[in-house]
Amino acid sequence: MNDFRPYLLTWVALLALLGVIVAAAALFDGLLASMIVLAGALCMIALIITLFMGLRSAGGLLRVYATGGVLWLGFLIVLTLADYLTR
Amino acid sequence: MPTTPPPTESGRVADQFDDIDQQREANLFGMWLFLATELLLFGGVFAGFVVFRVIHGEAFAEAAGHLDLALGTLNTALLLTSGLTMALAEQLVNAARRRAALAMLLATLALGAAFLAIKAYEWHHEYMERLMPVLGLPFEYPGKHPQQAELFFNFYFALTGLHAFHMLVGLCILGVLAILTWRWRDPPRIARQVQISGLYWAFVDVLWVVVFTLLYLLRL
Amino acid sequence: MSVSTDPRWPSEHYLKEDWGLRGWLLTTDHKRIAWLYLVSITAFFFLGGLAALLIRLELITPPGDLVSADTYNRLFSLHGIVMVWFFLIPSIPATLGNFLLPMMLGARDLAFPRLNLLSWYVYTLGGLFTLAAVIGGGVDTGWTFYTPYSTLFSNSAVIAAVMGVFIVGFSSILTGLNFIVTTHKMRAPGLTWFRLPLFVWANYATSLIMVLATPVLSCVLMLISVERLFGIGIFDPALGGDPLLFQHLFWFYSHPAVYIMILPGMGVVSEIIACFSRKPVFGYQGMVISIMSIAVFGFVVWGHHMFVAGQSLYAGLMFSFFTFLVALPSAIKAFNWTATLYKARIIFSAPMIYALSFVGLFTIGGLTGIILASIAIDVHVHDTYFVTAHFHYIMVGGMVTSYLGGLHFWWPKLTGRMYSELWSKVAALALFIGFNLTFFPQFLLGYQGMPRRYHEYPADFELLNVMSTLGAGVLAIGYLLPLLYLSWSLRFGAVAGGNPWRATGLEWTVDSPPLKHNFPRTPRVTEPAYAYDPTAD
Repeated sequence: MNDFRPYLLTWVALLALLGVIVAAAALFDGLLASMIVLAGALCMIALIITLFMGLRSAGGLLRVYATGGVLWLGFLIVLTLADYLTR
Repeated sequence: MPTTPPPTESGRVADQFDDIDQQREANLFGMWLFLATELLLFGGVFAGFVVFRVIHGEAFAEAAGHLDLALGTLNTALLLTSGLTMALAEQLVNAARRRAALAMLLATLALGAAFLAIKAYEWHHEYMERLMPVLGLPFEYPGKHPQQAELFFNFYFALTGLHAFHMLVGLCILGVLAILTWRWRDPPRIARQVQISGLYWAFVDVLWVVVFTLLYLLRL
Repeated sequence: MSVSTDPRWPSEHYLKEDWGLRGWLLTTDHKRIAWLYLVSITAFFFLGGLAALLIRLELITPPGDLVSADTYNRLFSLHGIVMVWFFLIPSIPATLGNFLLPMMLGARDLAFPRLNLLSWYVYTLGGLFTLAAVIGGGVDTGWTFYTPYSTLFSNSAVIAAVMGVFIVGFSSILTGLNFIVTTHKMRAPGLTWFRLPLFVWANYATSLIMVLATPVLSCVLMLISVERLFGIGIFDPALGGDPLLFQHLFWFYSHPAVYIMILPGMGVVSEIIACFSRKPVFGYQGMVISIMSIAVFGFVVWGHHMFVAGQSLYAGLMFSFFTFLVALPSAIKAFNWTATLYKARIIFSAPMIYALSFVGLFTIGGLTGIILASIAIDVHVHDTYFVTAHFHYIMVGGMVTSYLGGLHFWWPKLTGRMYSELWSKVAALALFIGFNLTFFPQFLLGYQGMPRRYHEYPADFELLNVMSTLGAGVLAIGYLLPLLYLSWSLRFGAVAGGNPWRATGLEWTVDSPPLKHNFPRTPRVTEPAYAYDPTAD
């Protein structure tokens, strides 16, 4: 069962984070809630990708491409927003 | 000159590869690349949502309050749990524990199906509340910004619909994997298939976390 | 000239057996899949060309007399959709790239051969949808499907056309994915990254764009479809949606797609110029860096399509600046090709004439691109024939020229046969002359203010339009001739032998046509690409 420990711990951490961000969204409002929600969600995504999907033990190539995918989504969102925020 | 088949250590390596390592690495890399394309496929809708979340901040935050946070949270928990069972299934297949692996695959399948059932219930609920601006259905929104709220619900149905479609594909894959594991003909091959499919399943989780955060949690 | 007596004709090769339908439609051999693509994209090329011919015939006289305005809209939309997605995007990667990439890497096949075959079927399915759109009355939105016209107003076959493009997008995603994995994982021993032929680098960079940009196109086309089918509109201005958002998402794909339509051509031209100059490509590493930076910078310039669309001025300035930056690596490439030619003993074969045409036409296309990237001038010439001329210089002058050049260069490898030297040179020159005659007048027309996409125009523009239409006739000869003599060579051409051009590169070390698995044994690479000796005879 030892091999399963990291997965079980990840799962517990994910559910805990889910609790935190939902609570933050329901209880707080404004910037504080948004900050907690976004930070918590990013942590959840990072946990799933590194542990459930095994990016932690994957080679450099996969990490480069995984980062690249996120970076390109960033290009799309940031440059599009750049237009809307300066109209 | 005759075509000599490539040197292979075992018969299971495809013609074009030199050895099993090369094949495994290529498969993994290919799958990760595919997931990057999935990210950008959703990315277009995400980008649009972020833009309007910024422009129509108040209206979107208010509209988000009309979604069922409890059901959304429950669904997220179900999906995260299915991520766990899928990861465990992968370990169990590797350890050649066939029955346990099959149980985990079926558990994943059940959790995924439960997710879709709850999602369908939510949609039905929104339909009853007249918050489903699809196919010209009436949209009667009690809040201050009915038009922008309609835009929000358009995003909601586009995003959850696209995600649900990916879930359906995932369930089909899981069904096939369950059958293959049950028959247990070629364990190394099943292990590869479970690993690759596990990546897909986990990534659909990731996408849901983003969808859930954007739609349900960024409220007033 | 009998094949059976020529010692250079291999006794075993990939075309020898399996000539049934099964042998072709279920093949996983990348070389045969390249042929499937070659035949399909040629068919679509002539379909798109037919639309272009009708457009040019309409424009030979000022009044709209040949076709109605509605038909004209459908013609240029069909021309754009077919040429962009069913010819240019797959042109070099899916044919020459498919055939050559594994060979240049010293591999037996692509990493995922069945996926490769699937991508051709996906392409074909997308093609059928597009044909259905034509039969269903055509589509009149232009190839760009701009909202809100495409979502709220157009009564043409938008859904079928959008579905066709949506589907074909997955074909290019699969091809790109296959190429990237193959390039990373299947290089022969000794074939380091900086020993790769520039053709491989160019296809690698193209694949990156295909994989990273095409999903956003799929996404935006899906959003158009759901708006039309289900009424879930996120571009609908009545709800606070924004049609410009469509343009952002569309050009996030479609501007990088311009580089999908030119980078492979740059790769082809580098191979040809090195071979017929008998010299290594000047500044190889600079070429590699240019290719990769064009691919990356190409992603952050899309807003230059929206200078006058209502985008913010500040975003326009930023996109304009990034666009100027792309000129740098492009210029480096043009200079390096010229430097490769410098003091070389140039052999003016047909592929070389195509390659030299490319360098000239690409330079004109690139320089007029800088003009269009300047916001102030763009306000004057946007949506005029100046833009039409500019992108045809890149796409036809660049990509089609290099595609034909590459086809002539590797034809002996694909088929084991040679074509007529004389006729091929005539065709290459006809292309160059016809092309310039067709499109140079369009720069002048656009500068004088003739807008795109109109089927009639004031009589002042007649002379230049007549020149353009006559040029299109010459251009058509340049396209039809290769179809004839290349087909002829399949049966009657002289046996080419393994390396008729005395070129370097792994693909030239084996027989023509090559074996089913390309190499009798895995090659080992010990020297850089383009190890030509300028001093040798």
